[in-house]
Amino acid sequence: MIKTDILIIGAGPTGLFAVFEAGLLKLKCHIIDALPQIGGQLSELYPKKPIFDIPGFPEVLAGDLIKNQMEQIKQFEPGFTLGERAETIEHQEDGTFIVTTDKGTQHHANAIAIAGGLGSFEPRKPVIEDIEFYEDKGVEYFVKDPERYRGKRVVLAGGGDSALDWSIFLANVASEVTLIHRRNEFRGALDSVEKVQELKHQGKIRLITPAEVIGLNGSEKLESIDIEENGAHRKLETDFLIPLFGLTPKLGPIANWGLEIEKNAIKVNNALDYQTNIPGIYAIGDVNTYPGKLKLILCGYHEATLMCQSVYQRMNPGKKYVLKYTTVSGVDGFDGTRKEAEKAVVKSID
Amino acid sequence: MSDIKITIIDRDGASHEVDAPTDMNMNIMELVRAYELAPEGTIGICGGMAMCASCQCYVVNDVDLPEKSDDEEAMLSEAFHVKPNSRLGCQINITPEIEGLVVELAPEY
Repeated sequence: MIKTDILIIGAGPTGLFAVFEAGLLKLKCHIIDALPQIGGQLSELYPKKPIFDIPGFPEVLAGDLIKNQMEQIKQFEPGFTLGERAETIEHQEDGTFIVTTDKGTQHHANAIAIAGGLGSFEPRKPVIEDIEFYEDKGVEYFVKDPERYRGKRVVLAGGGDSALDWSIFLANVASEVTLIHRRNEFRGALDSVEKVQELKHQGKIRLITPAEVIGLNGSEKLESIDIEENGAHRKLETDFLIPLFGLTPKLGPIANWGLEIEKNAIKVNNALDYQTNIPGIYAIGDVNTYPGKLKLILCGYHEATLMCQSVYQRMNPGKKYVLKYTTVSGVDGFDGTRKEAEKAVVKSID
Repeated sequence: MSDIKITIIDRDGASHEVDAPTDMNMNIMELVRAYELAPEGTIGICGGMAMCASCQCYVVNDVDLPEKSDDEEAMLSEAFHVKPNSRLGCQINITPEIEGLVVELAPEY
């Protein structure tokens, strides 16, 4: 079992900054995120887009902000459980919590900070009749283990980077790769588009455009799909259909933790410390709501800071502490490193 | 600068004629959020970058709208419930030219 002081759910900018503020108070943090990489929306949706309202940065690319934040918290050695979704919470008698992910990883923490943004990213499922029935029986929304597809017939649907990239990859694994997209144009990196073109000419990828998957067939598992191409219908036999239409955030299992939810967000006490209706569970950043809430990264930073002070009080009742300034006190990392301001020289001038 | 009238048909089919400011660089998705005509978290998820299609709407009447950008075309080609009159609300800026526009919000998914 992973043990930590603050268990942060969500590795976006707010969650990452919480590690820093917690570190100043000598509190250890561990972060869970459903995505395989850190950064949340900033890495998943818009890593190359500029942000103009981070104080001190006239302009910073979302991906660079995350890289910088990671550098900033390195000293505090946060732990990460990535690619797993926080699923259940158990309240312990001593006021601590055990959070278990969908893959069974357990985390024991003194406090929980939900920094889940808009929720955990889940695949957007196309609107096709009976698609739920075929999930894991031929229909898959992620390519988890490419070996599953060795020697099999695979149809991918979608027009973005992941549809292109996986078509290219599976062209050398599957016995047959078909890529279906509603338009002739693809939105992806230029070299991916060109590579698919090349593989198409080599006969390694079959491209069906403009077309759409409109039906699924098979008694026990997926056996064939119905395609509409230029108004005409036809059937295509396949072992797998992998729809890749991007990800959409859903509040997910957290919604069942007994927290007060309003407007798809978690209600918190903003007058004090961004604590939820359950003592010891906080919600910071885009995932929370309170009167006057603004979903801005810079507001998330502020909320993270106040949350950490509150957790310190919770873990050390009655222990005195005053806010310190990093410029004055420096930053002592858990890794033994220390950052501090250069000492002024006191020396007479002859 | 004066406001214009825009009609939004929400996901339950109710019609709302609202005042839309033309001087705040706002778009249709933001207008829907401002008037809370769709629950928070179900519209404008990507913030207005034409990257999620949660603000998809159907243009009901004949109003001259700006052409779709490549980004909008690409996103709509991957969205669901798409019709020939589908647009992304976040890509329609509120300008005096679109006075009287009527749009219907596409279903949430």
